[in-house]
Amino acid sequence: MSSVATTPKKGFDFKAFLANNGALVGLVVLCLAMFIATPRFLTGPNLMNIGIQVSTIAVMAFGMTFVIVAAGIDLSVGSIAAISAMTSSYWVTTAGLPDGLSIIVGLAIGGLCGWVTGAMSAFGKLPTFIASLAMLTIVRGLTLVISDGRPIATGDAVSWLGGDLGFMPVPILILIVSGLVAAFVLNRTIIGKNAFAVGGNTEAARLSGIPVKRVLVTVFVISGIFAALSGMILAGRLDSAQPTLASGYELDAIAAVVIGGASLSGGVGRISGTLIGALVLAVIRNGLNLLSVSAFWQQVVIGLVIAIAVGFDVLRRKNVRH
Amino acid sequence: MKHIVRKTTVLTLGLALVLGASACGRGEAAAEGGKATLAVSTLNNPFFVDLRDGAEAEAQAQGIELSVVDAQNDSASQANQLATAATDGSAGVIINAVDTETAEAGLAPVVAAELPIVAVDRSVGETKVASFVASDNVAGGEQAAKALAEALDGKGKIIILEGVPGASATNERGEGFTKGLKEFADIEVVSSQTANFDRAEALDVVTNLMQSNPDAAGVLAMNDEMALGAIQALGDKAGEDVKVVGFDGTEDGFKAVEAGTLVATIAQNPAELGKQSVQILAKAMKDEAVEETVQVAVDTVDTENVAEYATK
Repeated sequence: MSSVATTPKKGFDFKAFLANNGALVGLVVLCLAMFIATPRFLTGPNLMNIGIQVSTIAVMAFGMTFVIVAAGIDLSVGSIAAISAMTSSYWVTTAGLPDGLSIIVGLAIGGLCGWVTGAMSAFGKLPTFIASLAMLTIVRGLTLVISDGRPIATGDAVSWLGGDLGFMPVPILILIVSGLVAAFVLNRTIIGKNAFAVGGNTEAARLSGIPVKRVLVTVFVISGIFAALSGMILAGRLDSAQPTLASGYELDAIAAVVIGGASLSGGVGRISGTLIGALVLAVIRNGLNLLSVSAFWQQVVIGLVIAIAVGFDVLRRKNVRH
Repeated sequence: MKHIVRKTTVLTLGLALVLGASACGRGEAAAEGGKATLAVSTLNNPFFVDLRDGAEAEAQAQGIELSVVDAQNDSASQANQLATAATDGSAGVIINAVDTETAEAGLAPVVAAELPIVAVDRSVGETKVASFVASDNVAGGEQAAKALAEALDGKGKIIILEGVPGASATNERGEGFTKGLKEFADIEVVSSQTANFDRAEALDVVTNLMQSNPDAAGVLAMNDEMALGAIQALGDKAGEDVKVVGFDGTEDGFKAVEAGTLVATIAQNPAELGKQSVQILAKAMKDEAVEETVQVAVDTVDTENVAEYATK
């Protein structure tokens, strides 16, 4: 259901493999290029850095995958990441409430924001683009109101999310666990199956008795919770929640999902693809830093890579189908 | 019918919002040594509160009745406030624009009334002003570069963290960095990368750059937020093996200076901005000649003088 082309042939079909894993091939090519360009790329510490750096966008993009599979779009994730990080820090640092609950509070706020976006589009009939665009500015505004425009120090629990567990950075652990959970929910539960059905053909889904509105609200709640988690990881790494935290990250998250092979018209998407998409972005950013490419050119390069990655994917799929 | 009702509701709500916002904060004052208006972008930011305090103190010293209006970062409110200032007997206007682009239209009634205008902190596009009073970013950049070079005893490899590409603060501070580093021949800039004035981005960028330049001994950041991100990336090395210098003099920046992780930051002086803009306006109101641009000095804040800033 989640993959586009399936071949009945037995044995290894290289063409089909390419078609289904365009993003993975792209990532490998990109890594090879970076490896040739700078010896600093393929070192243990640098790969660990990339793992930590990809965690924020990847976790956010896992949630986004659900919305995109259901043929929606969620522009509010960056703002939700910020408000969750801010409220969980406010909870501990400003209000003096129990530290242990702060993460749950942050996740609940994220889920609540997602619910509002979902309800606006499911019951208020707003297109998801507009509903989430409205939430992008409303939630960012509320974050500024709560914080009075200033950073707030995170509590111990949130800081732990950005720390280490033995030799293992916690953000990487969360990345792995949340990826597995997201993949399970998307592929093995009714929530995921309904999301694919609604995204593939809303009318057919409605006629076959799938509660389309409830599905739409659910995917936004999931997206909100993942965005909240991602925001708290980022704040934890900084030991501080910034009012401007994660602004613009929604575009990276969407790019990661699309590079990973999902279709913006819905019905197609994979968590593993999203992870690869996020890794592509993280590897480019890391590599451009290592190579000291000028800030002006970095933006050009990142845009080109997104266009090329998605463009090749589209071409490959076409070739295999014919 | 239903549509008409809905439209009317929206219109009424919109009007109520606009009126509500513009009704806030209009002060009445009787003129002694002349009356003037200070239009502030927002007082919901300590920087502008200090600016207002500096302006009010100087106005009192000059015998000027200063009416302060707060636009709460809304250019429409500011336009209304400026229109009021043009007709309420003010003999001059100091404007801290909400937005450089929209300030021109907002100032039109003031220009029509032929009142002298002093722009403070932010420029006002093409509008002819008596004077533009702003912090000297180039000199500040120079001071920051020197503070870092001195902390490194004049030698070593450094990383520069740039602001948003193309922003005037980025260009001016960068120009100052170059000037300041010129006299230190043994300081080598091994990499200059942007982190868009953002703390989280600086964390990643500096982590990456320390991979490609493990022997870097200093980080020169174009604002405190990026300097703090760099400190987070450096961990225990910050302040010890790697010296970091920021810019802006934020509260968190002062805390880092006190903790020893930040060598120095460059503090703007908002009270001085307010004071000097009133001084200039007072001259302009008496038809005396004033300088077209006034650059207010910025201060290097390090462990020696941080105490007096942090308590502000």
